[in-house]
Amino acid sequence: MNEALKLDVRNLQAGYGDVQVLWDVSLDVAAGEIVAIIGSNGAGKSTIMRTLSGLLPVKGGTFSIDGRPMADASAADLVRAGIAHVPEGRRLFSAMSVRDNLLMGAYLREDKAEIAADLESVYQMFPILADRRGQDAGTMSGGEQQMCAIGRGLMSRPSLLLIDELSLGLAPRIVDQLSDRLREINAKGVAILLVEQDVIAGLELANRGFIVDRGRVTLSGPAKDLQGNAAVREAYMGLGAA
Amino acid sequence: MTRNVITTWIAFAVGIALCAVLPIFGGNYTLRLATTVAMYAVLAQSWNFIGGLAAYPSFATAAFFGLGAYISAVLQTKGVPLYWTWVLGGLGAALFAAFLGGAILHLRGHYFAIASLVVAEVLRELINTTPDLTGGGMGLNVPALKMSVGEQAQFFYHAMLALFAISLATAIFVHRGKSGFALQCIKQNEDAASILGVNAYAYKSLAFVLSAVFVGAAGGMYATWTRYIDPTDVFDVLLSVKPLVMVLLGGVGTLLGPVVGAFILLALEEVVWRNFLTMHAAALGVIIVALVLYLPNGLMSLVREIARRRGRA
Repeated sequence: MNEALKLDVRNLQAGYGDVQVLWDVSLDVAAGEIVAIIGSNGAGKSTIMRTLSGLLPVKGGTFSIDGRPMADASAADLVRAGIAHVPEGRRLFSAMSVRDNLLMGAYLREDKAEIAADLESVYQMFPILADRRGQDAGTMSGGEQQMCAIGRGLMSRPSLLLIDELSLGLAPRIVDQLSDRLREINAKGVAILLVEQDVIAGLELANRGFIVDRGRVTLSGPAKDLQGNAAVREAYMGLGAA
Repeated sequence: MTRNVITTWIAFAVGIALCAVLPIFGGNYTLRLATTVAMYAVLAQSWNFIGGLAAYPSFATAAFFGLGAYISAVLQTKGVPLYWTWVLGGLGAALFAAFLGGAILHLRGHYFAIASLVVAEVLRELINTTPDLTGGGMGLNVPALKMSVGEQAQFFYHAMLALFAISLATAIFVHRGKSGFALQCIKQNEDAASILGVNAYAYKSLAFVLSAVFVGAAGGMYATWTRYIDPTDVFDVLLSVKPLVMVLLGGVGTLLGPVVGAFILLALEEVVWRNFLTMHAAALGVIIVALVLYLPNGLMSLVREIARRRGRA
């Protein structure tokens, strides 16, 4: 295992009960990198994310964080190891306040003073969340909820942020805003693994990309190369060859 | 401790103390009713841990009650000291809940409800097939206490009240503590809670065990109180339904909701029983439907709403 890698996934197999979804997934994220996973509906993108955050058991293969094997780790162990998962559809605690939602992100932390400071920095990054801190999270717009979900992820002080469907159901202007925030987060040294159906936006943001199809990685490379790849352009962008 | 916490505990102590002096004023009939209210409140408060806080609709209350009753009754016939049989009834039910939880707590919603519902039936059959130890379908006589009728009424009232006080104190700790916060998160979004590192399985198991331990002890007290139990009585499905109704009546997930609900349900039962003897079950059903439709958050929500409006006016 390469110790310089933030995340190293080797021949990962996983699924739901008897239904296997991931057959052979190998991918990696270097420290400080943004990596996009691209694929159509049902390709297994979210399953990868759910397995990496400990919601689904690993059935075969393995993955490691900072060189430490984590295939048998619990969800809590993975949070402690630096993974924060921003799930598809936000999954906020809708009847709890924005502030409580953010604080739940720091559930495993004990350093109260630092948590308060991190809360302030999330408010600085997303000022609208500060305005709405006492409001029930479920009453906010989709974009605000996505900000809250990202903020909640940051509250665990992750070194690797998993973001599942950043743009789902959001206006393009909001997606641009969120992409800018992710670049800022990344500039502070947080690696990002991004699942995105909006292939153009995903590859625009990422340094590298992995194409997933039917539970296998079929193609990978620098985002620039994938953007120019004829097969990718035709299958996922609805465009002709460059 | 903040002032809020101190106020809660003072209110708790004063409330229990006031209830404890009831025998000075009430006769045996009043005490019997009060003992039933206390028992109902224990069942409702217990259900509130798993059904109210974690939002797992458990119908296993009758199983825990019956199990506690039989453990305690059998031990009493073997000559084990009375209080110990109650404690062991509670612990037995709690241990059973811990194992049962491992088997069914991964189910959600209706599936969990149905799985928990059949447990009492299984235990009932188990009792029926072990007549040597439990008396089987014939039931089991429990040794009588050497006390006068009046003394017994007072004794069982105080015992049940003490059990209720313990269950309420536990509820206060859980509601105010980290586990209450975790259960609230699990209730709203279990996946999200797990992602953030909340050990959902551990907290659900805790809630399930807490929903069993006091119910088991209450079953033991009930066995001593009535001096005779049989499988249809202590595994009665109504023992699973009533706690849920009481909590709905009072207020789901609140501290005082279960107590308020227990009072109202018993009052309703007494009134309905006297006036609609042949159709009291149907009348109770109508009340439940009306509640769910018009007061889904219980009476405590009404009280809070009125307080809020007054505060604004």
